[in-house]
Amino acid sequence: MNAPKQNFRLVGTRPVRPDGIDKVTGKAIYGPDYVAAGMLQGAVLRSPHPHAKIRGIDTKRAEALPGVKAVVTGADFPQAGDKMVSGGEGGAANLRYVTQKCMAIGKVFYEGQAVAAVAATSRAIADEALKLIEVDYEVLPHVISIEDAFRDDAPPLHDDVFTQGLAEKPEKPSNRSMRFAIERGDAASAIAGAAAIFSGHFTLQPVHQGYIEPHACVASWNADGQGQVWCSSQGHFAIRSMTAGVLGIGVADIRVQPLEIGGGFGGKTTIYLEPVAMLLSKKSGRPVRLAMRRDDVFRSTGPAPGAEIDITLAAAADGTLVGAEIELKYHGGAFPGANEVYSGVGTGLGHYKVPNASIVGWNVLSNIPTMHAYRAPGAPQINFAVESAMDELAHKLGIDPIDLRLKNIVRPGDIGGSGVPLGAIGYAESLEAAKAHPHYSALLGPNQGRGVACGAWGNYGGASTAAVSLGEDGSVLVTEGSPDIGGSRASMAIMTAETLGIPYEKVRVTIADTSSIGFSMVTGGSRVTFATGKAVVQATQSVIAILKDRAAKLLGVPAEEVEWVDGAAVHGDQSLTLAQLAAKAGTSGGPISAEAMVDPHDWLPGFGVHICDTEVDNETGQVMLKRYTVVQDVGRAIHADYVEGQMQGGAVQGIGWALNEAYVYTGAGKLDNAGFLDYRMPVASDMPMIDTVMVEVPNPAHPYGVKGVGEVPIVPPLAAVGNSVSAATGLRMTELPITPDRVYGLLRAAE
Amino acid sequence: MSKLLVSTTVNGDPQQFLCDPDTTLLDALREEMGLTGSKEGCGSGDCGACTVVLDGEMVCSCLVLAPEAEGRQIATIEGVAEGSQLHPVQRKFLEHGALQCGFCTPGFIMASKALLDRNPNPSESEVRYWLAGNLCRCTGYDKIVRAVMDAAAELRQDRRTAA
Ligand code: FES
Ligand code: FES
Repeated sequence: MNAPKQNFRLVGTRPVRPDGIDKVTGKAIYGPDYVAAGMLQGAVLRSPHPHAKIRGIDTKRAEALPGVKAVVTGADFPQAGDKMVSGGEGGAANLRYVTQKCMAIGKVFYEGQAVAAVAATSRAIADEALKLIEVDYEVLPHVISIEDAFRDDAPPLHDDVFTQGLAEKPEKPSNRSMRFAIERGDAASAIAGAAAIFSGHFTLQPVHQGYIEPHACVASWNADGQGQVWCSSQGHFAIRSMTAGVLGIGVADIRVQPLEIGGGFGGKTTIYLEPVAMLLSKKSGRPVRLAMRRDDVFRSTGPAPGAEIDITLAAAADGTLVGAEIELKYHGGAFPGANEVYSGVGTGLGHYKVPNASIVGWNVLSNIPTMHAYRAPGAPQINFAVESAMDELAHKLGIDPIDLRLKNIVRPGDIGGSGVPLGAIGYAESLEAAKAHPHYSALLGPNQGRGVACGAWGNYGGASTAAVSLGEDGSVLVTEGSPDIGGSRASMAIMTAETLGIPYEKVRVTIADTSSIGFSMVTGGSRVTFATGKAVVQATQSVIAILKDRAAKLLGVPAEEVEWVDGAAVHGDQSLTLAQLAAKAGTSGGPISAEAMVDPHDWLPGFGVHICDTEVDNETGQVMLKRYTVVQDVGRAIHADYVEGQMQGGAVQGIGWALNEAYVYTGAGKLDNAGFLDYRMPVASDMPMIDTVMVEVPNPAHPYGVKGVGEVPIVPPLAAVGNSVSAATGLRMTELPITPDRVYGLLRAAE
Repeated sequence: MSKLLVSTTVNGDPQQFLCDPDTTLLDALREEMGLTGSKEGCGSGDCGACTVVLDGEMVCSCLVLAPEAEGRQIATIEGVAEGSQLHPVQRKFLEHGALQCGFCTPGFIMASKALLDRNPNPSESEVRYWLAGNLCRCTGYDKIVRAVMDAAAELRQDRRTAA
């Protein structure tokens, strides 16, 4: 089934990660841990209202409190206007909105939006000072749900946002900030002539990425206008450009030092605190720490959008898909900017061949925090609708759900979701592997059901810089600019050691700050092992070229006759090891190091197939997860444990999305579950083991076949769980989360 | 508000610190003693990232007031390894790749060690229920549970060899 394995010494093995000891002994320094000499503690005042005009802010009493060193409000921010700055995964962010996610200017758009901040000699004093700040609000009508916000007569959030993507420019501002559609063929007539049709309406609530480490940073602004920021993020270069943009200073005037990051999943590719801490530091003359509390994280950082989705999917009698009509409305939150709508519309049907399709997406603004990337942003929501519809069609047609999919999937050479022909994808192989897996044919117990679902994600490449240098004792130092969020130092060390033919333990990996290495994009888009990996391998190959030159010089032979074999330069029966060459570097031409810059566009999408067994308690409506299997084309696993870990972790996040997680708002527009007690993420006792099958169809464009694995696993679980519960109950699950009260209600109604 | 002087024992060593009466033990460990291994994920007892052992009992240090530590024994992640010798639970976390970002890891290791100190032969569901107070958003728990079971097996083996 899989391509024959090349003979690798290290690729695919499971060595201990280089940063492991620090992380199991408590030594690793994360965002909230960093301490700068003379540091002040900051605190942020947040809006109690979901929508209000700020008539005035009086900070005098706070400033007078002993121990308070600085107070800032929106008035302290340079107003950027509509200027784009490069932000997250290749996308750009509008500085006007980036600024307002850090500090409200003139108006608040959601409960929890920052309106003022204080720096003081202790957090207790800073918190005390917040109570002394008087904000004069004029409360405005608010809208929370997609349904309410989409209505023609809904109170508009912004008077300068007009629906983009309409044929005619609208005259009235609207909360429908954007429409994006893909149309091909004639969906309506294809559906009208089909043998089997499913139509349904699906609803999902916003969910949070739920990283365990709250956002935190320390910032220090010097009298010469230069500053430093220490923070945990998915990309310190993106933090630098956004922070500089908001502050109106040059990027070279801010040096961002990456700290260890405690989870992100897309939610830490942007800024909320950094410019605020910088301004507090500028005013106070001292370094300032800002750290969010858990409820701040829920109230004021980006959830993944909720959605309302209408779908009609139609197939011929033999199961061939003939047409689809989909309309999706994504819960965009307070500010425009909606990559999720593009990617939702683009990937929704990207894993099938559907000749006639109309997919219309809307971004809908409302008084909740602005949506933000969450692992395969925009894809899980629409996939829930598509894969539920596939399940229904399989039932209607009496075709095995995996066979139905095999009939319709995209294969190498077909046009993919992003409009380019697909290369070496392992989608069919993944479906075959799922079908052959013992889980798929295992017997079910009473009240149990089995669901399958597929899903795809495009993955990404993007810019990365890496440097490789040799120590005089033959040790190897890799320097890169991609934060290590899930073990990527280990995969970089494996690829370097594999390429050089030396032991893994000889390689050390450093994540350098923004002043110490060239630009790298964020750790996101499943791109780091692919793109940064390419940079690391290229730099390593340049080092090998230098080593061959040095060996030629030392041996007195032509350079092109020297070969690099198993960690040594070889010429005939003469050889010089890497360590010998490193020791002689000083006399053979000087230091040995190389840097590589890449921006690869030859990434490949990933495909996953998930199998889920649930058991439903008919008395309570409780759904228990009994068994779960994740099958995925991973290209090639560099560090097998961390690839499996991505598959398991992503699946469990998706399972939480399906069963428990949701933002719950009160009628007053306030988040009602801004803590881990009420925002219920899966815990160990909710889960069985998550079985994984890594299908390896290597990407020929990567030296070790990498495709990127981090995002695909969250795409199929919503529907896999939904299909499983539907199989157990005989009732179609169209609304997430599938909570006990919801299931109980459906069961009683069906009686 | 005047500060209180608290005398306690941290990882076997005597330790004194000053704190406000309403300071949490977690804040005292992190801010007063510089022991930032215990993490704050929630500050409300719901995530387990701040888990320490107080007089032999596993607690969320964010729910304990620092003055309550007076005269008591505190064990934190910083004291789990003996010198540079990792505890088997720490080693098994590394060998199984049972961490991704690692932010939850100190809490999980403290909780897992507390479990194995009292029950050297837990079943998978005992491990899962014991660790249900510790959130991990990255791993899906699979590798964590395997690491703890494997550490238990190794500790039982060690005990047998020692006997
Ligand atoms: S920080 Fe104490 S339980 Fe979360
Ligand atoms: S490893 Fe990231 S939260 Fe557990």
